[in-house]
Amino acid sequence: MEPMIDIQTSVNGANLSARVPARQTLVDFLRYHLELTGSHVGCEHGSCGACTIRLDGDIVRGCLVLAAQADGAAVETIEGLSDSGELADLQATFHARNALQCGYCTPGMLLTAQALLADNPAPSREEIRAYISGNYCRCTGYQAIVDAIESVAAARRGVIS
Amino acid sequence: MKPAPFNYIKPSSIGDALAALGEHPEAVLLAGGQSLLPMLNMRLVAPSHVIDIGALPAMNEVSIADGWLRMGALLRHCDLAASPTVAEAAPLLQAAARHIGHPAIRNRGTIGGSLALADPAAELPACLLALGGRLVIEGLDGERVVEAAAFFTGTFETALRRDEILRAVEVPVLAPKYRSEFHELARRLGDYALVGLAAHGQIDNGGVHDLRLAFFAVGDKPALAVAAARSLEGKSLSEANIAAAVALLADDIHPIGQPGYGERTKLHHCGVLVKRALSRMAA
Amino acid sequence: MSDTPPHGPLHAVLDRPNSYIGRSVPRPNVRRLLQGRGNYVDDIRLPRMVHVAFVRSPYAHARIDGIDTAAALNSPGVVAVVTGAELAEYCTPWVGVLSHLAGLKSQPQHAIAIQKASWQGEAVAAVVAETRAQAEDGVDAVQVQWTELPIVADMETALDDQTPVIHPDLGDNLAWQRSFEAGDVDAAFAAGTVVDEEFSFGRHTGVTVEPRAILSSYEPAEGRLTVHHSCQAPHMMQNIFATHLGLEEHDVRVICGDVGGSYGIKVHAYADEMATAALSVMLRRPVKFIADRLESFLTDIHARDHRVRARMAISESGKILGIEIDDLTGIGPYSVYPRTSGIEANQIVNLTGAQYTCGNYRAKTTVVFQNKVPMCQYRAVGHPIATAVTEGLVDAAAAAIGMDPIEVRRRNLIPDDAYPCTAATGLSFEGLSHHRALARLVELMDYDSLRAEQERLRGDGIYRGIGIATFIELTNPSAMFYGVGGARISAQDGCTLRLDAKGNVICTTGVTEQGQGAEAVMAQVTATAVGVTIDKVRVITGDTDVVPYGGGTWASRAAGIGGEAAVQAGKALRENILKVAGIILQAEPETLDIREGRVVDGADGNDRIGLDEVGRIAYYRADTLPKDFQSELVATRHYVPKLFPFAFTNGVQASWLEVDIETGFVTLLKHWAVEDCGTVINPQLVDEQIRGGVVQGIGGALFEHCLYDDHGQLLNGSMMDYLTPMAAEMPDIEVAHVETPTADSELGAKGAGEAGTAGAPAAVLNAINDALMPLDVRLNIHPATPERILAALGTVG
Repeated sequence: MEPMIDIQTSVNGANLSARVPARQTLVDFLRYHLELTGSHVGCEHGSCGACTIRLDGDIVRGCLVLAAQADGAAVETIEGLSDSGELADLQATFHARNALQCGYCTPGMLLTAQALLADNPAPSREEIRAYISGNYCRCTGYQAIVDAIESVAAARRGVIS
Repeated sequence: MKPAPFNYIKPSSIGDALAALGEHPEAVLLAGGQSLLPMLNMRLVAPSHVIDIGALPAMNEVSIADGWLRMGALLRHCDLAASPTVAEAAPLLQAAARHIGHPAIRNRGTIGGSLALADPAAELPACLLALGGRLVIEGLDGERVVEAAAFFTGTFETALRRDEILRAVEVPVLAPKYRSEFHELARRLGDYALVGLAAHGQIDNGGVHDLRLAFFAVGDKPALAVAAARSLEGKSLSEANIAAAVALLADDIHPIGQPGYGERTKLHHCGVLVKRALSRMAA
Repeated sequence: MSDTPPHGPLHAVLDRPNSYIGRSVPRPNVRRLLQGRGNYVDDIRLPRMVHVAFVRSPYAHARIDGIDTAAALNSPGVVAVVTGAELAEYCTPWVGVLSHLAGLKSQPQHAIAIQKASWQGEAVAAVVAETRAQAEDGVDAVQVQWTELPIVADMETALDDQTPVIHPDLGDNLAWQRSFEAGDVDAAFAAGTVVDEEFSFGRHTGVTVEPRAILSSYEPAEGRLTVHHSCQAPHMMQNIFATHLGLEEHDVRVICGDVGGSYGIKVHAYADEMATAALSVMLRRPVKFIADRLESFLTDIHARDHRVRARMAISESGKILGIEIDDLTGIGPYSVYPRTSGIEANQIVNLTGAQYTCGNYRAKTTVVFQNKVPMCQYRAVGHPIATAVTEGLVDAAAAAIGMDPIEVRRRNLIPDDAYPCTAATGLSFEGLSHHRALARLVELMDYDSLRAEQERLRGDGIYRGIGIATFIELTNPSAMFYGVGGARISAQDGCTLRLDAKGNVICTTGVTEQGQGAEAVMAQVTATAVGVTIDKVRVITGDTDVVPYGGGTWASRAAGIGGEAAVQAGKALRENILKVAGIILQAEPETLDIREGRVVDGADGNDRIGLDEVGRIAYYRADTLPKDFQSELVATRHYVPKLFPFAFTNGVQASWLEVDIETGFVTLLKHWAVEDCGTVINPQLVDEQIRGGVVQGIGGALFEHCLYDDHGQLLNGSMMDYLTPMAAEMPDIEVAHVETPTADSELGAKGAGEAGTAGAPAAVLNAINDALMPLDVRLNIHPATPERILAALGTVG
């Protein structure tokens, strides 16, 4: 018998109850139970960052948290942060700067960028590179992503670039 | 790449957690899960029960008492890195914390989880060795304290018995004139180190005293370079003295190679790290 | 905007008013990706869908003595456990050979191995279950009885008499061999200074962030198969599924939605994907297979495992007199279907030295079987190797005669006014710009200042190096690449444009979007050729039921070939629209034009009628049109390159880096790329293709390596241990362009997708060697790891 766990959690601001397999990771719960498929599975061992989500305000790897561990916690995903408009300037700038190609790493990259800018509103290019270095992108070579984050940081500070 | 089935238990006290551990011999403890989850996902471990201690109360506090800095085992790496108390009392730990994984990993991973797992390539075990730290362990019989030097016994092996829980970690508060250096070589930022060094010692009257050179990612556990450190006792950190100490590393450290990175290269890198750490310590 | 004289409706597309060609238009269709609302295969869930996981061989070579499935069948959620022999009833085997690679041989390969496993990771049974986790539980419960067989791991000894033969039916482990000779090579080597080098290139792999993914659904009543597939070439896969599953081609629909990275990894027929499709037929329900990361490392194609012995002769005046290479590669146990595993070796023979005037060239390549993951085409196929060998030799030769590396290249690159011409290797070049590109690079990087800085820093014990790499890139392939050898891979591509009743243009095309921006390019070309604003164009790709027949995306072909089909379709649709407009307006169509979605007088641009009005009348009020007139507001055109077998491009890259000689660590400081892909349709997209490609090339030069032991066991098959490039270690990359359009098409665009990867490894290795030159050290091993650099320096043994 598959051991199941009852959890109560808030996902993108909505409270919900669910019965989940004890072994299910949080990203699999989001993707296959809630059909929030924007958080992507790339490696399932914490190396690629495609599954980055927010748990109680902090970015985490969705593949390195059990759904059961989200009991009582607040989960935010790319879908919720898109709808709230929180990422709108990052998304617009990523688009304008072509800081995405296949788009698979993009949700995780956006959440990581947002966390960086919350920690450090005026990061240097080196600091941007360091902060996103746990998020793998095979397409862009990273420079466009660094450019986009740098320009959003400047815009949020009111600096016209 | 999904975990094998297991039961999930979330005890509300350390006593309950210890009881659950006693009851289920095939159980594992889950703290931050940043090492356990990959092992579960890859089915490298297939426990009967996962006991989630991540939310146990009063296990992530930082305090100072009787000359010791005490950190709860559930202190996250991100909180270790941000704590002003740690910055004052044990700057070495903060220097190390910045090298542990990436922000999203540090937001979940705990210092106790890292120490109890005892990955030979992990940063914190070597820091504890360098600082002369100790580990506070709780079992059903009560609490015991184990010196760091006796705690790490091998690859993923510690003095922690399977029915015990690591409760806290303590290191002496930084004493006057003591300085620390943390250096590691990693191919990519945030990777496990190829080799790393936590160095700690007192610089006084132009000489170094009580020097400890703790390496990680060299063998099956963190290792102190005893002869190299002793050779420098009371001496100035001159280029020649450092070089003489580096020459002794081959007696102290017996690295285990890995694919594409042999033990001789590792030993050479250990010497480079000693040179760099001690040069900075002298500066 | 244009102030040129009035245009007739058929004038050249590049001169259109309000042209989008050459503009950095943001990509359409990506807002969904920015919001996590894309449509990757694993995002799709179908009714009654089940998941498959595979029992994979733990051994590199082992006989299957028995498979006990009883326990797995009792595992919760398991629907079926299927062996190779059972699945062979539904899927016929294939052989990856092409007739134009004369002599290439391979063993028939089944969807699931039947008698033995030939590499660690080859599937020997499938477990289908309600969830992937349950399928994996079932995999754990399957018991396979194995007898280990002798292993062929080292390609150097694969052909030795004492080495066992992997496939006895083939007689030996030789897959293919090719020799080539031009000019008088022996005389050339007798006449000059000779440098002799051995190069080695580590196996590496694509590591698409989205792993391989397929969801196959069989509808038994109609006998139709629908396959949602993360792939580059839907029509190719349609043919392959139909052929091997015994279906009619029109009963197979391949849908290629969003793809999370491909780079050549997703353009092959993988056994486990064929098995998934066959299982859906067998079980008569949808079956999903998503490779997990560990099986990706063991089953995605690998590439680049080559050892090249190479020589170059050079005169005192810096003239390259002769080049000779001897290449050896191990491709795993099978030549991969349908493109074969001989192409990379063939490319090395064809491309080496081909940017230079030297006419004396001898080459040999030997392709052997071994018990490792199959190798096949991956981004820039063969180019990184040919370029690293050629440019490594040029730098060694320059050093041998004491000449600056830039100067040696100037003296040997084919002159910009010498085209069309044929290289010693037999390649035909329509028009390249090596000298203009090199001059632009020297200016961009401020070469002389960098040399001065390098010299000054050497005094402080800091070792920095400059590496230059010129290269050519094969793009826009005609049928000479695959079709001529018998592969059912389309070199031509189609585009259909349809005007809707609101004045929008719907574009369907055979090329596919892999993230490179193909849909943006198609939209730009369509908008320009028809005469609408780009927001009026909707591009649809990747569905064999919907789009015109085409090849998809590979070999840097989408913009050049798909784009030209869109040019011609756009012109035809414009003509069709103007016929209707001419009737409505009682004007000669030749006097009208379409600009920004409105029909205007060609002479003065005066507004006449909107396309929405044309659409309304044509679709809803055809009664108002003459009885002898039928409107056709749709046009389809196809295109394949005809004048040349390939549209070669050229470029040059430079790397500036620092070597820490104590640790052997390399810090990349800056990278430059100047590149000529003909007409630049969207500068930003081209730049980002170059940057992404450069970083992929850097991966191979410094980090990426599939490490095997002597037993054919992959030692670093996870993303913790296999080092892909991450942001912190990568440099900023400056990109510039020279434009030499191809006359083979009206658009003039050549490909750009692989140029970055082609040149970067050579630039990086040359820069390392340049940094270490004062220490009299050379290193030709990719990746150049710290240990290898320290070994070259003699620091460690």
